[in-house]
Amino acid sequence: MEFPDNLKYAETHEWVRADDGELVTIGISDYAQAELTELVFIELPEVGREFSQGDEIAVVESVKSASDIYSPISGEVVEVNEELNDNPSLVNESAFDKGWMFKIKLSNASEIDGLLDAAAYSEKVN
Amino acid sequence: MSGQERRSPLHDEHIKLKARMVPFAGWEMPVQYAGIMPENKAVRSNLGVFDISHMGQFRVTSQNDTQAQQWLDSLLTNNVSKLNDGDGQYTMLLNEAGGVIDDLIVYRMAANDYFLVVNAARIDEDYAWMSDRIVDGIKLANDSDNFAAMALQGPKTVEACQSLFPDCPALPERFCVATLSTDIGDVIVCRTGYTGEDGIELFCPMSDGSTWWNRCLEAGADPCGLGSRDSLRLEKCYPLNGSDLDLDHTPLQAGLGFAVDLSKDQFIGKAVLDDQKANGMPTRLIALKQTGKCPPPRPGYDVYAGDEKVGTLCSGGMSPTLSCGISMAYVTTGHHKVGTVLEVEIRGKRYPADIIKKPFV
Repeated sequence: MEFPDNLKYAETHEWVRADDGELVTIGISDYAQAELTELVFIELPEVGREFSQGDEIAVVESVKSASDIYSPISGEVVEVNEELNDNPSLVNESAFDKGWMFKIKLSNASEIDGLLDAAAYSEKVN
Repeated sequence: MSGQERRSPLHDEHIKLKARMVPFAGWEMPVQYAGIMPENKAVRSNLGVFDISHMGQFRVTSQNDTQAQQWLDSLLTNNVSKLNDGDGQYTMLLNEAGGVIDDLIVYRMAANDYFLVVNAARIDEDYAWMSDRIVDGIKLANDSDNFAAMALQGPKTVEACQSLFPDCPALPERFCVATLSTDIGDVIVCRTGYTGEDGIELFCPMSDGSTWWNRCLEAGADPCGLGSRDSLRLEKCYPLNGSDLDLDHTPLQAGLGFAVDLSKDQFIGKAVLDDQKANGMPTRLIALKQTGKCPPPRPGYDVYAGDEKVGTLCSGGMSPTLSCGISMAYVTTGHHKVGTVLEVEIRGKRYPADIIKKPFV
């Protein structure tokens, strides 16, 4: 189970990577993908839509169940990982890299400080 | 898991194989090992083995040669009198309103001796229903706690059985049963399953469960869980009790007329079925295949014809074999014909689906 140090984590199992200034990339953790089992469908948010921290922003579906993904921070969706439309299992294979889900333009940078660091998150799920 | 679930005699084997365990019908059972997709594929193209120890087994015997058959024929929809020794038959236990209490398989072991395999969630209900209707001369035994059971399924079944049962000349024919003598005692082997592939269901003493399970693995089977059991049966449109079959729908509405013999004089629920046969039925169980890219259809989603809601999905999911959404739903009669295009509503959006001729695969 991986918990990269350069990321922040939400208690709801999303990860956040600060790219530059006000842009962040978001996905779900290795722990989350393993718990969800193989994904067969991902419903990504619309580019341009605004979300508040904690809003339901995407849906990931395995053969057995559908699960909500919550936005770990507030802001506007500026890009989504279109490759997941044809290959949702990228999230299982590469949760922190090729399986990224969407990029958000932050509206409140201080929210990032309230997220868990890798040590705190790994402690929470272990 | 609530901690109250019963454990299968194969529980330790599942833990060794790192299965993901879930509560199901009062049992703690494996939902998957390697994953639903690879397990589904193993059964379609090679061989898989499922723990089905949670299922129930009843024995019905009578002193007199025909009494057990006559009693079962008064309770079950299909025609038990057509069975010869060693034959099995898919059938249903109905209430007076024609609703399905359980779907099951009855095997004739001898003229006065029948073996019934029933659904885990319905063992107590079936037993109570049947006990309440017992007559002098019939013995009904709930043997569910005496067996470990597993289903070995897939196109490599015959090959695997040659190594499992080296001393047995031949397996029972499709839907038949045989008691096979082996180096560790007798086992009941049925040529049945819930996957649509060739396969057997093996019933052995609990203490031999692990041995047979490991022999199946050594014979080339992948361990498979309830997840792929569900996707495999849905691809073949086999109904799931409690989802596709319930007290609110008759077997005719479910499209299971092949398991109902209305030429019999009487069985519980027959009057309602005769009436539906003559006068029609309000809803029917149909099979829907999504035609475009769409989220997996799931039980509870509503089905529309234009603006009219015509039904609700009772089973659904992504088909591992077809890589598209498949489902079953009871829809208003008139909207049930093969070829009709309906829409499934998923999180507020509607996605088109064709009614197809069963099965999907």
